[in-house]
Amino acid sequence: MPAADEGALWTSLSAAGRLPDRALWGAEASVTLGDLVHGSSLAGRLDELRGRSVLIATTDQLTAALALIELDGVARRLVLCPPDLPVDDLPFVVATAEIDALVSDRPAPAALPGVPLAVPCRASLAPATCERTGRHPTEWILLTSGTSGRPKMVVHQLVSLAGAIRSAGPLSRAGAWSTFYDIRRYGGLQIFLRALLGGGSMVLSSARESTSDFLTRAGAHGVTHISGTPSHWRRALMSPSARRIAPQYVRLSGEIADQSILDHLRACYPGAGIAHAFASTEAGVAFDVGDGLAGFPASLIDRRGGDVEMKIEEGSLRIRSTRTAARYLGDHQPALADRDGFVDTGDVVERRGDRYHFVGRRGGIINVGGLKVHPEEVEAVINGHPHVRMSRVRTRKNPITGALVVADVVLNGGGEPADGRVAEIEREILRRCREALPRHKVPTVLNVVSVLPMAESGKLVRRDA
Amino acid sequence: MSVKVEIVTQFEEVAKQQEKTLAPLSDELVLLDSGLDSLCLAIVVARLEDKLGIDPFTADDAEFPVTLGDFIRVYEDARR
Repeated sequence: MPAADEGALWTSLSAAGRLPDRALWGAEASVTLGDLVHGSSLAGRLDELRGRSVLIATTDQLTAALALIELDGVARRLVLCPPDLPVDDLPFVVATAEIDALVSDRPAPAALPGVPLAVPCRASLAPATCERTGRHPTEWILLTSGTSGRPKMVVHQLVSLAGAIRSAGPLSRAGAWSTFYDIRRYGGLQIFLRALLGGGSMVLSSARESTSDFLTRAGAHGVTHISGTPSHWRRALMSPSARRIAPQYVRLSGEIADQSILDHLRACYPGAGIAHAFASTEAGVAFDVGDGLAGFPASLIDRRGGDVEMKIEEGSLRIRSTRTAARYLGDHQPALADRDGFVDTGDVVERRGDRYHFVGRRGGIINVGGLKVHPEEVEAVINGHPHVRMSRVRTRKNPITGALVVADVVLNGGGEPADGRVAEIEREILRRCREALPRHKVPTVLNVVSVLPMAESGKLVRRDA
Repeated sequence: MSVKVEIVTQFEEVAKQQEKTLAPLSDELVLLDSGLDSLCLAIVVARLEDKLGIDPFTADDAEFPVTLGDFIRVYEDARR
């Protein structure tokens, strides 16, 4: 049986629960963790990857998951290639991360220029001929979209990625975990690690599968814990298959969870604990809120000591914690944290009573004649209308005020209501906005649309923000 | 509908929606005295772009009209 150094993923997940009882279920194939004791997804070629900087570029999440389990502690560096990474960015990633090995599940992996070694990764396991031991505190590199167009490469280790899990207590208990996220993104990776380190199993999503099919499959595996962005969840609630799952725990992260989506999830899954978490690839998991209310208690701010410290400076949330990434990879990168170790999340918060609420991204502000509008604060009002499923507020250029606020709205049921009430609902939404918002924040145009574009990340596409 | 009629219609609708009191409309009316502020005018321009398919004010050399008559003329010129 392969042994591993204390603290590596394989060792830790093995210690967390009986392996033969646990599985990773993909859309097209599945592997029980017990099979990994004597099996290898990497054709038994682990030794060749020892000490290398490995690009994990798989088409499937299951093969990526298997490679991560086998390579933590063995490789020097693991770069998780997200499914939507533009091919044009690959040479940049290879050079910046000093990649010297490729792991791919393509039938015939195309050689990457400058990468001397390519190892196939398969869900059909080969005998594990090498010891799963390693001396490397492996770096895990996550890619996030940078404002400059090049991906930013964020450096973590298993210990920072798993920091929130060790302190999560009962929330990290064994069960069948799942997420709408891809596990090669921070939000999905958190759930993957929770499943493994908590002694559980996991249902992996697939980009090739419809929301309805995924929910049906997750329900068939008896999923107990499931996470996604508010946009994922709004789309899920539009699916008749939403009731195919009966989770104990529903988690939202990655976007602002407004009261409306929290209430809708509460109504759909009355037996579930519903939590919204704040996390970012750079800052790590900061906190979970489980009281069913939007925003977070003001008491979390300026609390000293503990794993996570938070403060608000210039309106935005700053986080210092053991879960924060170490740095950005590459030369000439900006510092990830300030001199005191705080990461500026760029997420603007506003205090209302004894809670803070997220009002949007600092960069996403719409400027209407010098007055600032956060799209999310308008969306929260629109989404409060009972006939609204989701909305996207965006800017429209205007020669008078520089910009105006416009809204795209998806009504319940997706398409237009058959009873011809659309115009009436539009008027109600706008009236609601006028009552709740200053004039410049009220959408000047309201478009009822059947669907809103969602990025691979599970977040609404805010192209023009 | 003529450009002029459409413009007048939008002035009236936006004033009503934004709860502004519109001055009696005439070609000589100075826009800043019309009762509509810049946000209202911005909305009028956006609505006219949707209705007429033109936004004559985004051009680099666009001049800002002073009176309602000027405003209408800019649209009529852009339509030609």
